[in-house]
Amino acid sequence: MPNIGRIVAVSGSLITVTFKRPVVQNEVGYAMIDDLMLKAELIRVRGEYADLQVFEDTSGLFVGGQVEFTGEMLAVELGPGLLGQVVDGLQNPLFELAETSGYFLPRGRYLDPLDRERRWPFTPSAEVGDALQAGEALGSVPEGQFQHRVMVPFGLAGAWTLRELAAAGEYTVSDVIARLENERGEQREVTMLQRWPVKVPIRAYRERLRPQEPLVTKVRIVDTLFPVARGGTSCIPGPFGAGKTVLQQLMSRHAEVDVVVVAACGERAGEVVETLREFPELTDPRTGRSLMERTVIVCNTSSMPVAAREASVYTAVTLAEYYRQMGLDVLLLADSTSRWAQALREVSGRLEEIPGEEAFPAYLESVVAAFYERGGLVRLHDGTHGSVTIAGTVSPAGGNLEEPVTQATLKVVGAFHGLSRARSDARRYPAIDPLDSWSHYPGVVSKDDIAFARRLLHDGHEVDQMMKVVGEEGTGIEDFVRYLQAEYLDAAYLQQDAFDPVDGATGAERQTEVFGELVQMLRTPVALVDKDAARRFYQHLTQVTKEWNRCAWGSPEYQAARERLRGLQSEVGVDA
Amino acid sequence: MHKTYTRLERIAGSVVAVSAGDATYRELAQITWPGGTSLAQVVRLEGGRAFLQVFAGVRGLPTDARVRFLGRPMRVPASDDMLGRVFDGAGRPRDNGPVLDEEGVDIAGPSVNPARRVIPRTMVRTGIPMIDVFNTLVESQKLPIFSIPGEPYLELLARLALQAEVDRIVLGGMGLKHDDYLYFRDTLESAGALARTVAFIHTAADPTVECLLVPDLALAVAERFALRGQRVLVLLSDMTNYADALKEVAITMEQIPSNRGYPGDLYSQLAARYEKAVDFDDAGSITILAVTTMPGDDVTHPVPDNTGYITEGQLYLRGGRIEPFGSLSRLKQLVNGTTRDDHRPLMNTMIQLYAAYRETLEKRAMGFRMSDWDGQLLRYGEGFEARLMDLDVDLPLERALDEGWDVLASCFEPTQTGLASTLIERHWPSSP
Repeated sequence: MPNIGRIVAVSGSLITVTFKRPVVQNEVGYAMIDDLMLKAELIRVRGEYADLQVFEDTSGLFVGGQVEFTGEMLAVELGPGLLGQVVDGLQNPLFELAETSGYFLPRGRYLDPLDRERRWPFTPSAEVGDALQAGEALGSVPEGQFQHRVMVPFGLAGAWTLRELAAAGEYTVSDVIARLENERGEQREVTMLQRWPVKVPIRAYRERLRPQEPLVTKVRIVDTLFPVARGGTSCIPGPFGAGKTVLQQLMSRHAEVDVVVVAACGERAGEVVETLREFPELTDPRTGRSLMERTVIVCNTSSMPVAAREASVYTAVTLAEYYRQMGLDVLLLADSTSRWAQALREVSGRLEEIPGEEAFPAYLESVVAAFYERGGLVRLHDGTHGSVTIAGTVSPAGGNLEEPVTQATLKVVGAFHGLSRARSDARRYPAIDPLDSWSHYPGVVSKDDIAFARRLLHDGHEVDQMMKVVGEEGTGIEDFVRYLQAEYLDAAYLQQDAFDPVDGATGAERQTEVFGELVQMLRTPVALVDKDAARRFYQHLTQVTKEWNRCAWGSPEYQAARERLRGLQSEVGVDA
Repeated sequence: MHKTYTRLERIAGSVVAVSAGDATYRELAQITWPGGTSLAQVVRLEGGRAFLQVFAGVRGLPTDARVRFLGRPMRVPASDDMLGRVFDGAGRPRDNGPVLDEEGVDIAGPSVNPARRVIPRTMVRTGIPMIDVFNTLVESQKLPIFSIPGEPYLELLARLALQAEVDRIVLGGMGLKHDDYLYFRDTLESAGALARTVAFIHTAADPTVECLLVPDLALAVAERFALRGQRVLVLLSDMTNYADALKEVAITMEQIPSNRGYPGDLYSQLAARYEKAVDFDDAGSITILAVTTMPGDDVTHPVPDNTGYITEGQLYLRGGRIEPFGSLSRLKQLVNGTTRDDHRPLMNTMIQLYAAYRETLEKRAMGFRMSDWDGQLLRYGEGFEARLMDLDVDLPLERALDEGWDVLASCFEPTQTGLASTLIERHWPSSP
């Protein structure tokens, strides 16, 4: 008999329900209007009243209406067929929904995220009689470019013995492929499909490791100066129009990872459309296959219901963790975490909780921290490594980084890529501020060179500030050259033309080579006595280096451009 | 049969409460009393009480007013009979025309499935060079016009309504001065553009709650037109009034304010409206231009700030012109590569030279000596402002590009512009 509650109040997305039988915090309930069932999550219990946030428009709900409790927490389906999907925050597949429901997103329509009919060729890898635990492989099916591991469900605690395993052959996700038994003699049937509550991290691994190895994004300023590590976390705060989303789109295309999960959370639908229309046409340079084959898009755009926006980031991170369990490197791009925080704020306001700063709830920091902590590098039970790297954008109100969401995020991430309005106004893209940003992770180039480059950029900025007061005339030639050199490094290396096929993505080896060359050049003393000549020289050098950046790596043109650069340098260099 | 209630238990702000156990959330009700009548919407249900937001406000409302629930949400007619008509924020005719007797469509309907959207590819021609050439408007784009109160934003909107090459115009006025409403109506009427226009006008004298309905009414009608395959341009003014109405209502509803008194869901509320801009995969499109006045010329004020995060660029109106710096159409790359071969390079060159002109102006103001180059720039800047930037200039894109070449040629040698020689050969005007 279902556990039924009755609605006593409706306010926005929040409903209050009386109940008789026990309920579970965070369990899913369905609010009913005739045949329509609206998914909701229980978020507070007070006496005989339970508060639920409804993931859909609540129009038409009424006092006395029924709510059916399910006893289960909000969960996603995990299994083969997730890659290439576009789903909403509750894992409704959007293309399938478009086929059945037309132009709009009707409420209360929930489709199976995974195709129940499709047959997958299963190859067993475990043996009957094996002792297994949650997360260990039973076999695999091919999915795109990967062998998708079929695993012991993550929710099975303790040790299990494999009693039966399906032979190689084709199965649907709901066919039973294995039977497990534990010490107490309890038996479990296992299918390729398992469900997992989104707000609980998957912990079916041996240990967590420290993220050390750089994750190459092919964005030079990131990889060289402010690197991200596999299994690390980073955030990209910036005012509107500074290029957060473009930067994330670049990462989603070029980053050297196996799987990319894009969580479009409370942002524009147009941007999601660009990704979902263009990715199927683009090829992944590493595999030669469509980029969409390695991508999952979870989108809850700004016009979709707010409560589901909160769910969408958890759905995305759970999908990322699932592929990590197969020994893959997963990159989760969350755009934007501020919209998620605002969703928390809206719900908190409806609950009439005592507000914290800027009316955000007091638990904002711990919720943000818990989310980023789901990133990480792990050693799985079979000894292989898998990782989830999280890069989240933050949209601070008024571009002011002192606001609560940015500050809560900065405390828990390992790298900070701050976008600046001044840089984007000057069309210096990517607009990551080289003076304010930081990273705790090791990068692809030598530490000495990084320190040198940062020193130079810092000095250049100081001279620039000084020149604003005393003018060019009042600046010494040494300082002036230092300024020009900093501008040169910025223009010729840190800035990157996202629309150029070569310049838009620079591999790690090329970065080491080019950056090494530039730093060595900049370390060499120069004999320039005249400011005009110095300016002309660095303008010329910038132009030649930019051309170099546009030559395919290792091509004859690449070598020629490099020689031209060395030739130019030798004209002014002073032998030590 | 819907029940009628005759006892209001609470009147506060614009909200009244009645003991009505069978009311449903967001349902519409008709309130009638000797002094008047108004629609009202259920905004909260608690215990046996329904809280109703009264569209016409609560002034003069007696506790024994009759409340009749209608069992449906707010609707608006959306047929072609709407064309040429003007309605108020509650959807009533403002123009002495007949009340339209049709079923209508629900306002504030569900959002479009992203899977049914396409990447926009079509330019919206407006005849305004600062838009067509420099900040090209693209179908399905949403752009705010950031302006300080004294700027001629209404004139700009009126010109867009007259000139934009679209099938339908839907106009939403929020908190307009009555004079401004008349200006709009007369301008459109005298130019014969009213026939393709539907207008929803809330004036400053009308009840606050009706202001909140204007964007939803306008966009619901636009959505219907778009689904019938039409290209619709929605013009809204002023979204800051809309946000202020949100603030007013939220505070009287005792919601906790987040930033400068605005409710925490300001972003979601604005986004839900702007996101109605769409290009359907096999139907029409909705493009939105919305005036947002910036209190104190401050773009970090919550309204322009939240708007900037939602929209795809912005137009700044300053000194009676669309400011070339800061104004940005983020979608222009999607269309300006295929208009004419010189469009992109000419646009970039003219803006760079204009930036140099501004620097020269600063130098001149500080009393520095002017070089020959400075003289050329000064001539160029003035020519640019008069011949392209002035809001009265009305030129199709191709003519505007030619005009741009003329301005360049009247001030510079070809090599000074840095434009590619192939383009110069093709487009540089032979000596006048």
